[in-house]
Amino acid sequence: MSAMTARSPVRLFLQRLFRRKLVLVAVIILLVIVLLAILAPWISPYSPTGMRVSQRLRPPSLTNWFGTDEFGRDVLTRIIYGGRASLGIGVAVVMCTMLAGTVLGLIAGYFRALDAVIMRLVDAMMSLPDILLAIFLVAVLGASAGNVVLALSIVYTPRVTRVVRSSTLVVRELPFVEAARALGVSTWRIMTMHILLNVASPILVQATFIFAYAVLAEAGLSFLGAGVPPDIPTWGTMIAAGQQYADRAVWLVLFPGLAIVFAALSLQLLGDGLRDMLDPKLRKAL
Amino acid sequence: MPLLELRGVTKYFGTAPKLVHAVEDVSFTVERGEVVGLVGESGSGKSTLGRLALRLLDLTSGSVRLNGESIEHLGQRALRPLRRNAQMVFQDPYASLNPRLRVASIIGEALDAHGLAQGKARQARIAELLELVGLQADHADRYPHEFSGGQRQRIGIARALAVEPQLIIADEPVSALDVSVQAQILNLLQDLRYRLGVAMLFISHDLDVIELICDRIVVLYLGRVMEIGTAEQICRNPQHPYTQALLAASPKPDPDRPRTRRLLQGDIPSPLSPPSGCVFRTRCPLATAECAGAVPPMRDLEGGHAVACIHDSRSIDWGGMLQNRKNDRVPPC
Repeated sequence: MSAMTARSPVRLFLQRLFRRKLVLVAVIILLVIVLLAILAPWISPYSPTGMRVSQRLRPPSLTNWFGTDEFGRDVLTRIIYGGRASLGIGVAVVMCTMLAGTVLGLIAGYFRALDAVIMRLVDAMMSLPDILLAIFLVAVLGASAGNVVLALSIVYTPRVTRVVRSSTLVVRELPFVEAARALGVSTWRIMTMHILLNVASPILVQATFIFAYAVLAEAGLSFLGAGVPPDIPTWGTMIAAGQQYADRAVWLVLFPGLAIVFAALSLQLLGDGLRDMLDPKLRKAL
Repeated sequence: MPLLELRGVTKYFGTAPKLVHAVEDVSFTVERGEVVGLVGESGSGKSTLGRLALRLLDLTSGSVRLNGESIEHLGQRALRPLRRNAQMVFQDPYASLNPRLRVASIIGEALDAHGLAQGKARQARIAELLELVGLQADHADRYPHEFSGGQRQRIGIARALAVEPQLIIADEPVSALDVSVQAQILNLLQDLRYRLGVAMLFISHDLDVIELICDRIVVLYLGRVMEIGTAEQICRNPQHPYTQALLAASPKPDPDRPRTRRLLQGDIPSPLSPPSGCVFRTRCPLATAECAGAVPPMRDLEGGHAVACIHDSRSIDWGGMLQNRKNDRVPPC
């Protein structure tokens, strides 16, 4: 029944989204990075942990495209594998913050009695610098990939909460919400079908920003030694380890850094594209 | 036992000293199958009163009885089953439908909320409701933005009818529509009224519309009732200066009518500090010192006609505007 009517809006949406060539390029870059990370064991030329001391600190060449590090490990291989942890952490942080932020934001926006409590907590957390709070949390919880996800989720949840709350405050006053109340619709259904559905666009856009932030923040934490343990390759740990040799072997920090730049930049571009698509005023200009 | 009975209904918004007197001491009833019009200019508390009657807002004081059952103290959860009896049609057909839901979900939600129909029966009922309001069954798969304003209002009416209510509160259901579409929606409401026997509280600022479809009329000014009577009594024999002013301000088109118009001066006073005594005295041609003293009580005239004025208003000269109306043929109902 809905297959025919559902497909054409999606196609129209993609057509409009990709009318901006920059957004199309961003999506292609993202797809390549994600595919490389998923297919890492099959396509990477070397083992990510295989040390060959005789080959240490070799500059980029035909055998090692991105050079080798201080233990003779292939940098390209480690970047491909590093994408798994970096992107994985990004996705996990996005899912956690979206879930927690959406629930808290909806509650704060809909139940006015709980608004003050939740929002003062959020304000308190947002008054601390992100990276300091994350370092503190990882230091307390211990350095592991799971704790980095937890710490970054706690740091970024207030942002999502704020966005969801402010959108909820607008939508809850719209006549169709009052109409649902007049019909005798349950509060749960009003919050999900009427409010959540109509605040989904800003949440979606926020998700792409949080993803980019999380990839960058993980790199920052790992660089500062408060992130993922150094034996797991992530783009951040690679830069952290490579900085000691940066004067002799610039490729150790250059290529993981570029990977972060490309991932974050293309996500931001996709986020911009989505935002413009979902805002009816901007959509007309496309 | 009346279907809906409002007694001494009062609603203030905000807190002193910024207390808005939205509705003050309003009492009237709606009988089964009856259409009662609520008329008044902007800010007279019409919409607030409609929402109070459905308990979409909480009362400051007074009582609302639906089928004899007092509902002013019930919580939202306790009210839910009672919502089957009374429904609402909203003013803005663009904002009162969730843009993200298909028509089937919008109407079906009413059925789901009260467990009225599932599966095939639910689908059939949605199709039936759409046809009842003059749409087609296959409109159920579309989204609200694919419809015109008039069609959207029909969807809103179908949603209200889904639970087979005894009472529909129609809050300016046609004021956001084009005149030609207004007539279609009014005809639909008339038609539904006779076919389904549903009672209505019809809120409007348009006296012609009210006169056309209502049995009785309640005239509201600054949150207070000025006059209550049958459509005939209010429109042919208005006793309150305010009712007369309203009627004089909405003349029937007639090339021979006198060109002199005597209309009300100034604006409706701020509900933050309503005038003492009669709230209309600041704009009333008959106002005397006596009017500022006490709120005029409802004075019963013959045949259920009641007016809140201590003066005899027949002396006001409305420049022939009222006589002009009186000569009109009563519109067929």
